[in-house]
Amino acid sequence: MTRHTLSVLVEDKPGVLARVAGLFSRRGFNIESLAVGRTEYPDISRMTIVVSVDELPLEQVTKQLNKLINVIKIVELEPSASVQRQLVLIKVRADATVRSQVLETVQLFRAKVVDVSPEAVTIEATGTSEKLDALLRMLEPYGLREIVQSGMVAIGRGARSITATAVR
Amino acid sequence: MTGAQSLVRSLEAVGCEVVFGIPGGTILPAYDPLLDSTKVRHILVRHEQGAGHAATGYAQATGKVGVCMATSGPGATNLVTPIADANMDSVPIVAITGQQSRPLIGTDAFQEADICGITMPITKHNVLVTDPADIPRAIAEAFHIASTGRPGPVLVDIPKDVLQEQTSFSWPPEMRLPGYRPTTRPHGKQVREAAKLIVAARKPVLYVGGGVIKADANAELLRLAEDTGIPVVTTLMARGAFPDSHDQHLGMPGMHGTVAAVAAMQKSDLLIALGARFDDRVTGQLNSFAPDAQIIHADIDPAEISKNRRADVPIVGDCKEIITELIDAVRAERETAKAVDLAPWWETLKSLRETFPLGYVWPEDGTLSPQYVIERIGALSPADTIYTAGVGQHQMWAAQFVKYEHPRTWINSGGLGTMGFAVPAAMGIKAGEPDRTVWAIDGDGCFQMTNQELATCAIEGLPVKIAVINNGNLGMVRQWQTLFYGERYSNTDLGTHKHRIPDFKLLAEALGCAGLRAESREEVDEVIGKALEINDRPVVVDFVVGKDAQVWPMVAAGTGNSEIMAARGIRPLFDEDL
Repeated sequence: MTRHTLSVLVEDKPGVLARVAGLFSRRGFNIESLAVGRTEYPDISRMTIVVSVDELPLEQVTKQLNKLINVIKIVELEPSASVQRQLVLIKVRADATVRSQVLETVQLFRAKVVDVSPEAVTIEATGTSEKLDALLRMLEPYGLREIVQSGMVAIGRGARSITATAVR
Repeated sequence: MTGAQSLVRSLEAVGCEVVFGIPGGTILPAYDPLLDSTKVRHILVRHEQGAGHAATGYAQATGKVGVCMATSGPGATNLVTPIADANMDSVPIVAITGQQSRPLIGTDAFQEADICGITMPITKHNVLVTDPADIPRAIAEAFHIASTGRPGPVLVDIPKDVLQEQTSFSWPPEMRLPGYRPTTRPHGKQVREAAKLIVAARKPVLYVGGGVIKADANAELLRLAEDTGIPVVTTLMARGAFPDSHDQHLGMPGMHGTVAAVAAMQKSDLLIALGARFDDRVTGQLNSFAPDAQIIHADIDPAEISKNRRADVPIVGDCKEIITELIDAVRAERETAKAVDLAPWWETLKSLRETFPLGYVWPEDGTLSPQYVIERIGALSPADTIYTAGVGQHQMWAAQFVKYEHPRTWINSGGLGTMGFAVPAAMGIKAGEPDRTVWAIDGDGCFQMTNQELATCAIEGLPVKIAVINNGNLGMVRQWQTLFYGERYSNTDLGTHKHRIPDFKLLAEALGCAGLRAESREEVDEVIGKALEINDRPVVVDFVVGKDAQVWPMVAAGTGNSEIMAARGIRPLFDEDL
């Protein structure tokens, strides 16, 4: 199975997320990551969906997604031709004895500290899921108290806009 | 005006002539203005499932959108089966349901059910209307979505307070469907590719599905078939799309198809699928289906193409337009390419057709043959009769032994296989086509699921004819128990023979219908004749038939089509070399 990133432009209406999610769940596919947000058009939202699924079933789900009345456009974004980013907030145990080592790791990954207390620091990091996984591996020995991750967002490289052609 | 008045005005404006439904708490406001409408006839059914199947029958017979209406909660959930049925068979229906008032939604209020959530996977689209100003647009969009592209059911859920609120009405409303653009014009290059394959094929087959009937493309299909001389098979959903009397027709393919139709597909080098979806009941075991065939797959729904079998030439579009363009493209192609002689192919097929014709043997115990009854109904009824059926043995026999010459004369539950479909569907068909004879060929199991709608038919002046093929058993299940479960008959004897409970003749009379019965071969024609003469009320004929008759040919579930059995133990295609 390979990982695919789908950008789905949808009408901003109640129930759209349930419709989209239902098409994956009824086939037993697990959505690895999901992000929904506004676009430059007030009535259109954009979903970024990451799934691990074989080519053929993916083609079927994409076609079924296209059949949803509220779905306007679907584009698969290849990692090489797009910028993909995820955000993670990590609360890591960091008392005085290890704090400097933790902060060094933060710097190495160009992350930043957004909250501090005597026993822990909270780190904000963005990047591809591979980079964030690497950061988490580095921090794990200190004790991860809590992590929260956003869905992946992705945008194609170059000047072309997928929304501009969709709303014509 | 109120939201309710706006709803009724919208239904009138969109051309809705008949609504099948039952009022209740939350839909009550809509029923008040409905009383005054002179354009929309409401037919008060006995169960919401009946309303849904009636809408489907109406839509399939007329080609228009069928409409059903129900209240919230149980009214709406009773529509779930017919909505799922319409979804599987791509039938354009609009279901209008009442919903609890907006402030009560989500509070587990009385008769509240999240019907939009429940029907999400079984509708083409559904919508909860939260503003009375949106009602005309919601109705216009629902009818548009239901009837265009690949047709399907659309549900419009309207809260009670939205129906009661004051609003204004204007028509036509502006539809806002930026994500809905069905492709109807086929791609010219794909059509030319298809024409090339058609002209070069040595063993082509036109595999015709229900989409041809929905696209009203039967005349075009006839032209294409006669132009090319290619054999035709019509699926369960496409019976009537091509005349059964035509010499190029091999009959129905699939699990209970003719040997010739199944064999033609198995041996084919080119399947031209028109509005068909390679359903498992047609293909049998998929990896051994039509192993040598290239596939041209024409369908209006891009998601159907290459879903089950990879298409070599996909064509997305409306079947009428596709076939029209194919006719020209094939003619053009013929001018340059040398035509292949199909005579050897036809020789093979004709020999199969002659060796293994559809047929049946009379039961040895002297009971009445169900196939004979159905054959006689087909033979004695007027040419423009419309037939419907429940699901099971009687349905397969009705598909096999009634001869269909015209589209929209065979209406059944193909995809979902909904037992109890026949009586309410017949009611809807009769409402749409009041001047034509409507026969529901039903089983005694199916009939006991939905016969209450005969009361509706009797009161509303819908004189349908019901043939209960009464073998006292859940016949198809019993057939499988005979063949695959060592003749252990677990829970398939309904007791209709043993105890004569219910007595269908008396039941029919109690429901305001004429009740007739035939138990022997001699009585069959006479009783059918009587039934055809009665037109002032519905007729139910209890045909008491033997329980051991079986549906043949058969491709057993999970096996390949080459293992088709013409009768028990006889596998004409297996291991043979033709």
